[in-house]
Amino acid sequence: MSVELDVFVGNTTIMDEEVYQLWLDGYTVNDAVKVRMEGGVMDECEASKDVLLSDTMDQYRTFQMCERLLHSPAKLANQLLFQIPPHRQIMLIERYYAFDDTFVREVLGKKLSKGTKKDLDDISAKTSVTLKSCRRQFDNFKRVFKVVEELKGPLVENIRQHFLLSDKLARDYAAIVFFANNRFETGKRKLQYLSFQDFAFCAGQLISNWTVGAVDNMVEDMDVDLDKEFLQELKELKILITDKDLLDQHKSLVCTALRGKTKVFIEMEGSFKNLSRGLINIAANISLPLRLYPCRSDRWSAADMKLYLTHYTNSAHILDTFKHQVVWDRYMGVVKSCIFKMYHD
Amino acid sequence: MPGKLKAKIVAGRHLPVMDRASDLTDAFVEVKFGNTTFKTDVCPKSLNPQWNSEWFKFEVDDEDLQDEPLQITVLDHDTYSANDAIGKVYIDIDPLLYSEAASVISGWFPIYDTIHGIRGEINVIVKVELFNDLNRFRQSSCGVKFFCTTCIPQCYRATLVHGFVEELVVNEDPEYQWIDRIRTPRASNEARQRLISLMSGELQRKIGLKVLEMGGNAVVGYLQCFDLEGESGLVVRAIGTACTLDKLSSGSAPNTNTHMHPNTAPASNACNSPSKDGKEPVFVEDLPSSSGPPTPFRALPTSSSPPPFSPSKPCSRQSSSSDTDLSLTPKTGMGSGGSAGKEAGPLRTLLRQQTQTALEQREFPFFTLTSFPPGFLLHVGGVVSARSVKLLDRIHNPALGNTRSYKLLDWNSVTADEPETRDAWWEEIRQEIKSHARALGCHAVVGYSESTSICEEVCILSASGTAAILNPRYMREGCLDIGCTDHRFEEPSPPNCGFCHIPYDELNMPFPAQLTYCYHCRRQKVPDVLFTTIDLPSEAAVAGKGCLIQARLCRLKKKAQGEANATAISNLLPFMEYELHTQLMNKLKLRSMNALFGLHIQISVGENMLLGLASATGVYLTALPAPGGIQIAGKTPGDLSSEHISSIQKRINDTIAVNKELYQINPPKLFALDPEVFCGINMELAEEGVGSPIPEPRHRSRLFRSHSESSDELSELDLSHGKKDAFVLEIDDTDAVEDIHSLLIDAPPPTGFYSCNTENMPGISNWTSGVQMFTSVRVLRLSNANLTNQGLNKIFTDLCENLLKSFYFKLRSMIPCCLCHLNFTVAVPEEELIQVTVTAVAMTYDKEQTQEKTAEKPVNKGSLEAEEQLQFPLELCADSSSSNIQTASKISGVGESTNMSPRAASVDYGSFADRCSTWLELLRLKAHTIRRGSVKTSRRTQSLAHSVSSLERCSPLQEGRSRSLRSSRSFGGSSVTVVKMTPLSFLPGTRIIKYLGIINMFFIRETTSLREEGGVSGFLHSFIAEVFAMVRAHVAALGGNAVVSYSMKECVFMENPNKNQAQCLINVSGDAVICISETDQESSASTANTGQTGGSETDGAT
Repeated sequence: MSVELDVFVGNTTIMDEEVYQLWLDGYTVNDAVKVRMEGGVMDECEASKDVLLSDTMDQYRTFQMCERLLHSPAKLANQLLFQIPPHRQIMLIERYYAFDDTFVREVLGKKLSKGTKKDLDDISAKTSVTLKSCRRQFDNFKRVFKVVEELKGPLVENIRQHFLLSDKLARDYAAIVFFANNRFETGKRKLQYLSFQDFAFCAGQLISNWTVGAVDNMVEDMDVDLDKEFLQELKELKILITDKDLLDQHKSLVCTALRGKTKVFIEMEGSFKNLSRGLINIAANISLPLRLYPCRSDRWSAADMKLYLTHYTNSAHILDTFKHQVVWDRYMGVVKSCIFKMYHD
Repeated sequence: MPGKLKAKIVAGRHLPVMDRASDLTDAFVEVKFGNTTFKTDVCPKSLNPQWNSEWFKFEVDDEDLQDEPLQITVLDHDTYSANDAIGKVYIDIDPLLYSEAASVISGWFPIYDTIHGIRGEINVIVKVELFNDLNRFRQSSCGVKFFCTTCIPQCYRATLVHGFVEELVVNEDPEYQWIDRIRTPRASNEARQRLISLMSGELQRKIGLKVLEMGGNAVVGYLQCFDLEGESGLVVRAIGTACTLDKLSSGSAPNTNTHMHPNTAPASNACNSPSKDGKEPVFVEDLPSSSGPPTPFRALPTSSSPPPFSPSKPCSRQSSSSDTDLSLTPKTGMGSGGSAGKEAGPLRTLLRQQTQTALEQREFPFFTLTSFPPGFLLHVGGVVSARSVKLLDRIHNPALGNTRSYKLLDWNSVTADEPETRDAWWEEIRQEIKSHARALGCHAVVGYSESTSICEEVCILSASGTAAILNPRYMREGCLDIGCTDHRFEEPSPPNCGFCHIPYDELNMPFPAQLTYCYHCRRQKVPDVLFTTIDLPSEAAVAGKGCLIQARLCRLKKKAQGEANATAISNLLPFMEYELHTQLMNKLKLRSMNALFGLHIQISVGENMLLGLASATGVYLTALPAPGGIQIAGKTPGDLSSEHISSIQKRINDTIAVNKELYQINPPKLFALDPEVFCGINMELAEEGVGSPIPEPRHRSRLFRSHSESSDELSELDLSHGKKDAFVLEIDDTDAVEDIHSLLIDAPPPTGFYSCNTENMPGISNWTSGVQMFTSVRVLRLSNANLTNQGLNKIFTDLCENLLKSFYFKLRSMIPCCLCHLNFTVAVPEEELIQVTVTAVAMTYDKEQTQEKTAEKPVNKGSLEAEEQLQFPLELCADSSSSNIQTASKISGVGESTNMSPRAASVDYGSFADRCSTWLELLRLKAHTIRRGSVKTSRRTQSLAHSVSSLERCSPLQEGRSRSLRSSRSFGGSSVTVVKMTPLSFLPGTRIIKYLGIINMFFIRETTSLREEGGVSGFLHSFIAEVFAMVRAHVAALGGNAVVSYSMKECVFMENPNKNQAQCLINVSGDAVICISETDQESSASTANTGQTGGSETDGAT
């Protein structure tokens, strides 16, 4: 005696958010049943294991049928097959496109290619995100990338409109697309401590200040490609470290401003040259994979860093012979905020 | 040529990729009606084509308009090879044919392919221009409205109920034609879909013609079914109730005539109740003895009764019991409707006779309605049912020979004599039903329905309904309005218990039953249990809540062919009916209830087994006596120790106690209150001599089994069955114990859930707006071939119980909620498969309000009683003082008059025996009837009573509804219209403002890649979802936002996993409507509010 067929279809599609999450997380039906049993859902309605199993199977089937629609979320709103209340549709989409920070950290900046997809089982093992879930997330990145690639207009807005995502999630995807497109390496050991959100913030900064779109908002890839002219101009900032006079002038201005305001003044003064060189070198090489080496030092507090960078930036304006004020601001504005973001434990 | 059909193809979207190379599609559309086809241009390389076609115009007969669907085919243009079909849309244009319904069909329709399912959507606009047809001999019946709803639709008023209409058409099944061997599955499926669509159209048109002939303008309770008879063809048949409906103007109180809002009628009726005729005193003497003769069905439970299966006793018992003897001799003319009208004045008798004749003139005084305007239903006799086993090969028609080529439109001539065979079958069954009803002293059958179960060449035809006496007012033209002069001749029974009063002659009962005085009015007799197929009348007084009660049964059957098979089935049927009935009765008692509504018994035949499933909603009617408990007794203390018995007894008693609590059945309180009411009345009426009756002592039914009885049973069953060995094993003491255990298996629904299979949940009316309709299908494969009946029963019971448990779990977020209209359908699709299909709706209700209500009850009651006591006497003094005197004088002559009157209405002995042909005798007769033929069953009824609580039942509805407005959710922002679906005739919190027409759709889905589609479950899951989607799309295109009275009438699933194939057929129907939330209504229609207030005031008067 066995159940050959067992289906339950509601006029309004019934979806349990908990089961949806389990499905998204790549649990098998049996594992999901176990998790649900442990969650105590059985006490709710005097349910038995069979009931749970049947319910879980039904829901998994429903999600599988919905998945096709979730690939182009705009369809979900005007398809006729499932009657899903709008707030549920939003939930379905948002959760489907949600990703694990640990997973995205692994693929951030990598090419979204078949090769990377083959490595997903390694990533799965490393992050302990199930392979199924890894695949879903990876495919989501790829799908969004593909769609957005050919579109004009602001990246975040495009993602939000095409995938009906929340602003937050759209921004995250913009960051992922941005990193994937520019292939900024984020896998370096020194960067390991940074979370995806740190990078997402930086990407946001870069998108709104350094891309083509920051100048002209009607070109293709405006938010994905960095402004080449700007990058060229950045090279000219080198004068700040190559010109000895300028460097000294700059240093003394900064030191005057900082004196007495911080405990680590001596150290700041001592490392000014290195720090400055580091910052300017980033600017010079930005067309290469981004190396946002943070100016980290164990003794510097975030406030110290902030103080330092503020004065560092402002002092440059006072330098008479420094002519690249606009580029300097555009550059340092982003660098400053990125470094602030990264400057945490 | 009285019609012009216009169609415009606007656009498509989400089309599938048909050209792999470009990942695009070159789509165009063919629009076909009848034999005319138009094409749109090809819209190249687009998955979202915009055709914006011209208007395609078809000039056609209105007859064709009714029969034919508009057929839209979407194709992919291919320059070098044949164009590929993407899918089709069939649009039934019937809703455009009557003025009050939709005026245009416009919207997105899913493009459906029988192999691939839904493939994109197409936007279509359809209009019809009808010219007036002056031809008197026309064949069309445009303008007749059809409703699936089994009550008078909201926003209509029935001015006249004409009665039963039926029709059937037959054709070859395209699936079984020779051509099917060479055509693709897709072509075959499409031929079938189209044929059934055509046949449904024709059927509807023919029924419409009958309605026009009768002078009606609508069919209510339209029930259309398909019989897929395989080789012998395809039958589409329909029954319904012809009515003349008036649309209520939007200003007037919209709901007065629906079952939901009892109007003033019952109240005014009630005023007359004191003028009752004086026959009670006569029967008081009979009272004790009338409890003596147990009914055949109660034969088991009654300790003193002889073994139920002993052949001769049922008869002798009846004729020998003293009271029946007395009553038998003087009686004549049972046909005239039983005791109720016996004592009436000449005018009333006349009226009754008029009704009688009006109804008798009709061939079948049947009504497919299940709920009625207040005052329509006077008395309910009980369930009548008939079944007949037929061999389909018999009618395998030479006219249908293989030589005939397949022409869709040709079936009229092809099968000229076939419908007659089927007609004759149904005719036979209906006659049977009619005679059963008459035996119950009733002139009509309400809640009538018909069904079939087919396995290979064997077909079981079933019909059932509820015998009843109807109010004559509704049978005659122009007398429907409340307050017309007929009033004083009406039945004096109070509305909240009147329908329970027995319609048959109590001294000459069609079956032995225990009668008591109505616990509500104390004036007329009521049975101890009442079974009906209708919905609980809104005015009925109930205690506590109702609940779903199911009896489930499996019977193994030897595989056989032809006649032998039919005979075997015939012989099994009575036993199944009997056992189902016993189960129902026991389960009813176990829940401490005394009436069943919405009883539906389905018997399904398979190759090696029969499945029986009886579903009903149990309720405690306060007019009926409290049910006795269940007592276990063992005669021989042998194997079964007495401790064991007493432990079972204890469990049963505990269960009863728990159930009483669970369903809030609190009759003692009501009972205690009632006498007060009656005392009040009695004081006033003292001179009438309507004494407060002695409360009937509780009867204890006993479940009684012993060795000796078993053996009796055996020898009896032996005759009819011929499977002695099997039965010896089964009928055993341990089995008896098993049976009792299985009674106790039914788990009560978890906290926060209630369930019923009727339109209204007894005891809950404060619905909030949460509605979730669902369909669930489960198929079980029996792996063990050596199953016993007991084992099968267990499996089947578990299957049903587990389904219910699954529903509760899935819908837990809706708590507090009630599963309404739970409709179980069982089938045996293959030898070792059991399929159960369930459609129901879960509705949320306001729990706090319920509690409030219960809390308030006693308080309310007090005041209400006061009102009652006040009003009754007042009415009496003002209105019927003269009748009081008359009554008094009648009473003086009591002894004689009663002796006389029965005489006047008597029956000869022969026909009495006939009427006694209760189930048991039929059972015996069956044993001797070797020829396959109909197996008839008449079941009976019993009754109950009511009390003040009816008030709570009625008025909260309105409050609940208005209160529910708060929680009504509205989902904006979606581009797709939200279409709600419900098997009920109403949507809580809303008012139906327009009926847009009937939805009747038939789909076939087939796959040759079952595994790829997620196995059988995946396949069926998406198919059901697709069917829902197509229903919703059609409703939305008609401009509607809901489907009421939705039902899935057919869900035939076949699989062949080895070939990776499966096929499924689904037929659904319902009424497309526009409903608006009551908030909108309230702001605008203040008149409606006044109406409601008025209504509740009258309620108070009741």
